[in-house]
This record gives sequence, C-alpha cells and structure tokens, in this order.
Amino acid sequence: MAYLELKNIYKTYGQGEDSTEVLSNINLEIEEGEFVAIVGFTGSGKTTLVNLINGLVQPTSGEVLFKGEPVVDTSHERGVIFQNYSLLPWLTVGQNVYMAVKEAFPKESKAQLMERVKQYVDMVSLSPAINKRPKELSGGMRQRVAVARALAMKPEMIIMDEPLGALDALTRGNLQDEILNIWSKDKRTALLITNDVDEGIYMADRIIPLRPGPKATLGPEFKIDIDRPRSKTELNDNENYKKTRNAIIEYLMDIGDERKSVSNEEYILPEISPKSFVGQF
Amino acid sequence: MKQSVTLNKVTQLIGMGFFKNIANLFTGKLEKDEVKSILRKTLVPIASILLFIGLWHAGAKALYNKEAEFKIAKALEDQGQAEADALKVCIASGDSSCQPNTLPSPIQVWGSFKSLLKDHNIISADKAAFKEKTAAMNAKRIEQGKDPITYTGRPSFVDQIVRSLKTVFAGFLLALLIAVPLGIFIGLSPTLKSAFNWFIQIFKPVSPVVWYLLVFMIVKTILIDSSEDSSFTISFISVGLCSMWATLVNTAMGVASVDKDYINVAKVLKLGTFQKVFKVILPSSLPLIFTGLKITLSVAWMVLIAIELLAQSPGLGLFVWEEFQNGANDSNAKIIVAMFVIGIIGFLLDRIMLAIQNSVSFVKTDAI
Ligand SMILES: Nc1ncnc2c1ncn2[C@@H]1O[C@H](COP(=O)(O)OP(=O)(O)O)[C@@H](O)[C@H]1O
Ligand SMILES: [Mg+2]
Repeated sequence: MAYLELKNIYKTYGQGEDSTEVLSNINLEIEEGEFVAIVGFTGSGKTTLVNLINGLVQPTSGEVLFKGEPVVDTSHERGVIFQNYSLLPWLTVGQNVYMAVKEAFPKESKAQLMERVKQYVDMVSLSPAINKRPKELSGGMRQRVAVARALAMKPEMIIMDEPLGALDALTRGNLQDEILNIWSKDKRTALLITNDVDEGIYMADRIIPLRPGPKATLGPEFKIDIDRPRSKTELNDNENYKKTRNAIIEYLMDIGDERKSVSNEEYILPEISPKSFVGQF
Repeated sequence: MKQSVTLNKVTQLIGMGFFKNIANLFTGKLEKDEVKSILRKTLVPIASILLFIGLWHAGAKALYNKEAEFKIAKALEDQGQAEADALKVCIASGDSSCQPNTLPSPIQVWGSFKSLLKDHNIISADKAAFKEKTAAMNAKRIEQGKDPITYTGRPSFVDQIVRSLKTVFAGFLLALLIAVPLGIFIGLSPTLKSAFNWFIQIFKPVSPVVWYLLVFMIVKTILIDSSEDSSFTISFISVGLCSMWATLVNTAMGVASVDKDYINVAKVLKLGTFQKVFKVILPSSLPLIFTGLKITLSVAWMVLIAIELLAQSPGLGLFVWEEFQNGANDSNAKIIVAMFVIGIIGFLLDRIMLAIQNSVSFVKTDAI
C-alpha cells in the first residue's frame, strides 16, 4: 500500500447541463519520502487535484487514501502551499506563521510557539520583515512567508500548488533549494505542482504530466534518475537530464497540439454571471 | 518636521487635504503645477462659499421686500392709510416688533449665532452659581439619602447640541450592539438568513416616525413606574432601530462573502469555529462592517432631529421645533443656525467614521 493513493478519481463541478468533468480517471501512487512533480497546462485541473489530496474538495467518485485512510477533511499531516499564497493581509508575517503553529502544536507554550515562528521565518530569511504586513512585502517575500507557514506546521507531506510560479528566476532558484533542503533533511514526502518542466526535473524523483482538461487524466510518468544533491550548472551537461527533458517536452508539445485541434471544434462557454449580493437583502 | 508629518497624516486620514494644501502654500517650496492645483483646491471653495452667501443675501432681501410690501398693502386694506404709513416707518426703523417674517439674511443668522452663544454663557454662569449655592445643601441631602437638587433651568443651545450628540451616540451604540452580532450570525448561517430576510426587508424602509411611535408604545409601558423623563431613552432607542439596518446588511454581506482563499486557509490550518470567526471572518469583513457603521451614523444623525422633536427630548430637534412654534423675531435665524450646526456636525461625524474605516481597510491584493 502506497503512502498516498488516488484510485479512479473523477471530479465534476456543477450539476446537470452546466456540469463539467474536470478530472477523469486519475490514478496515482506516491511512496513515503518521494518527491513527485505534476506538470500541466493552466486550467487543466491541477489545483482541483491538489485540493482533492489536501481534503478541501471531495471527489465525485473514486477514493483518495492517505496512509490507507480515506481523506475526508483537511489534516495537519498534509501541509499546503497555495497557488496564490493566501496570507491573511491583516496579520503580520510573524502572526501569519504563529496562527499556523498554534493550531499545529496546541500544547506548546507561547514562548515555544514564538521560538518556532522565529526559526521558520529565519529559515526563509525574513527575520527583518517579521513585523511587516503582506502588502509591504514583494511577491517573492510573500511566497516565502507561505512556505514558512506551511513548513512550520511540520507536516509529513508537503503539497505545493505552483508555489514559485509568480517569482523571478533568481528568487525561484533560491526557494527551490530551500524546499529541497527541508524535504531531504526531515525526510518528508512532497507533491509539487508546476508548469515549469525544468523545475520539475531539478526537484522531483518523478514527473507526471496532467493532460489538458476537461476530463484531464494523468499521462505516463517520467523517472528522473539523477543523483542528489543536484546542481543546476552540472545538470545542463548531464546526458540523462537532456534525454528526460526532451522526452517530457516532446510529450507536452504533442498533447498541446492535440488540445489545439480539439479546441478548434467548438467551445461552449458556461453560463456564468458575477455573484450579486445587492438584491439579496 | 515631525509635527507636520503627523498633521499631514491626520488631515489625509480624515480626507481634509484642504488644510494640508493651505499649510504647504505657506511652508513648502512648490512646483508650478502644484501651486495651480492648490489654488484650485483652496480658492475655488472659498469663492463658491462667498458666492453662496451673496446669493443667499440677495434672495433673502428679495423675500424680505416682498413680505414687507404685502404687509403694508394688507394694513392699508384693513386699517387704512395712517396705519400703513406707520407700519412702513416701523419696518424701515428696524424695530423688531414689526419686521417681516421670512428667510433671514446671512447677517441675521450670524447675529443669532452670537446671541445663542451669549445666551449659553449666561446660562452656564447661572448654572455654576446654582451649583455653588446648592453644594452644601446637596452634600447634606446625599448624606440623608435624598436625591440632590439639580438645575432645572432652560438648557442653552450648546446644552442642546450636547444632548443631541449623546442621543445619537447612544443610538449608534445600540445599533452597533444589535446589528453587528446579528449580522455576523445571519452572514454565517444561510438558515438564519432565510429566517431574517423578510424581517429585514419589511422593517428597513419603515420611517423614523413610525419607529418612534413603536418604541414609545413599548418604553412608555415598561417605564410606567419610573418618574424619570423617558424622552432620552425613547429617542435613542428609536434612533438606534432606525439606523441599524445598513450595518446589519453590510455585516451579513461581509461575513457571507469572505474570500474563498481565506476560508481555505482556515480549513487547512484547521482553525476552530471561534478562531475562524474572530481571526479570519471578522477581520476580513471589517471594511464592509465599517462602511455599514458609517452609513448608520449618518442616518442616525439625520433621523435624530425628527425623533427628538416627536419625543420632546431637549436636543437640536426640539430646539428647531420650539423656535418654529415660538415665531419670535429671530426664530427663523436660529433655525438656520441650527441647520448649519446640524450639517457641520453631520459632516464631522462622517469624516471621523471615514478615518476609522480607512484605518481598518485592506485591499485583498495586498496579500497576493
Ligand atoms: N469550485 C469550482 N467550481 C466550478 N468550476 C471550477 C471550480 N474550481 C475549478 N473549476 C474549473 O475547473 C477547471 C480546472 O481548474 P483548476 O483546478 O484551478 O486548474 P489549474 O489549477 O490547473 O489551473 C477550470 O476550468 C475551472 O474553471
Ligand atoms: Mg491552479
């Protein structure tokens, strides 16, 4: 039995005529200590997949098993780094992290919790900004807060939804290394959602493409047989790296072309309108 | 330097960049464009105020003449030439017994304002003297367990303003204490929302007068044994009930529409209900709650006048009503003074709420 198992997952949003099947027949197994990356196009259902695993969303059919138990709710064992950081803007950096550790370690004293906050804020080198609010921080700094918040809870498994998507290349590289550090040091299990193949190859043990939606399914997996710790500069000369990278990109281009020809057929836009509260009272 | 920084902050917070501009005009070195914009922002309002006063003066004069002519013509018709001539002389002499009763001119209003202040000074001196005189006696009475003797003279204009402010503040507090918690519950629970929706729909548009009557019916009976004046209680409760709807609706809306990202954070951190409400839902709906409170305060101030009038509560509303009934020579001018005082206080209350609102607001994108 795998550490995390997704069995025949289908996920449909909406009902009746307006329903769309976003995910279709998803099967995935992740072993303890593994680092798995999923790459896919925007809108293919990656966030939906992440929410199924962390317990925010329930599948329409199929089963998500975490350590053999069905996932019916969120859990502190599975830490999440959201795609859009989702910091609370009215709290400072320290308070955002404190809120998380307080829930994760309810028995600890305030001093102990503050110690944890300091440790993790320091880890993402934000100590000078610990009393700042998110709006005073750059995008990269905010993402580092989100990373600190998720990791400070010491989850067994880290689920990351395009965590570095909005960052510049330099910050991105640094954070990749920080995440890898923690993953290898504490021997966690990690699932990384990304739209950057190079990031996936640099960080993961396996890369699995998510085919474009609707009815997105997982493609064939690509194993990354490159010794750790990996180095970005050496990677470029690594034969294995080049081969894997080419294979993945070729595969993604193929399904990208497929998507184009599919989208030529017909596109029915869903009938949606902005939620209005005005008339409700 | 530091002082001017805080001054800038304060004026900006309450939306009165106007003062800052004037200060800059005297202290700072300014660009040409800035000078232009400052002149526009200071000279134009001043010019428009002067124009307003000028038009008012001209209008009041025209109305005065019309009323005077009518009066003289009427005297001529009813009482003959001699009386009409006497009236003409009387009006021209400015004698207060025969002045035409119409829209007062700016100068008259200013005069009334000063006389109201003088009146206030006299009354406060009177009050102080009374207090001194009765101090010893009151101390004794309190010792004996009797109620102290209080000043029962006529309230001054300033006393009435203070009374109105107290009423509106009490009403606002009542609205806050009812509407915010209720709004939170309604926003959190769709069931409660359905339960209260009809209630809100029906009571929201009810006029202040009807609220007053309803409160009067109830409070009168509840306080039937009490000898105390219930006009304050009745008016502040009516003000509160009239004005709480904006806060109720805004709070419910704010709580019901908390960003899904924040809710997801609460779920992933597994916050308990209490934590979720106080650490996530409430802070995120604060801006809307304060928008509601701002509307509530301005509505409260607006309906206050009518309600005080009905409740015979000795505040600005009653002042206006009594002056109108009284029909004395300077009554109209006093009513206009009250109008300006009401307007200016309303404006200041609004600015204070705006400042508080600005200080709790955040933009969602701030965190992204
Ligand atoms: N709560 C929801 N209700 C309805 N449709 C949704 C919801 N969440 C996502 N979708 C739809 O599902 C599809 C996949 O979305 P998402 O999982 O966010 O994709 P990705 O993260 O890969 O960009 C999109 O077409 C999106 O419009
Ligand atoms: Mg996504």
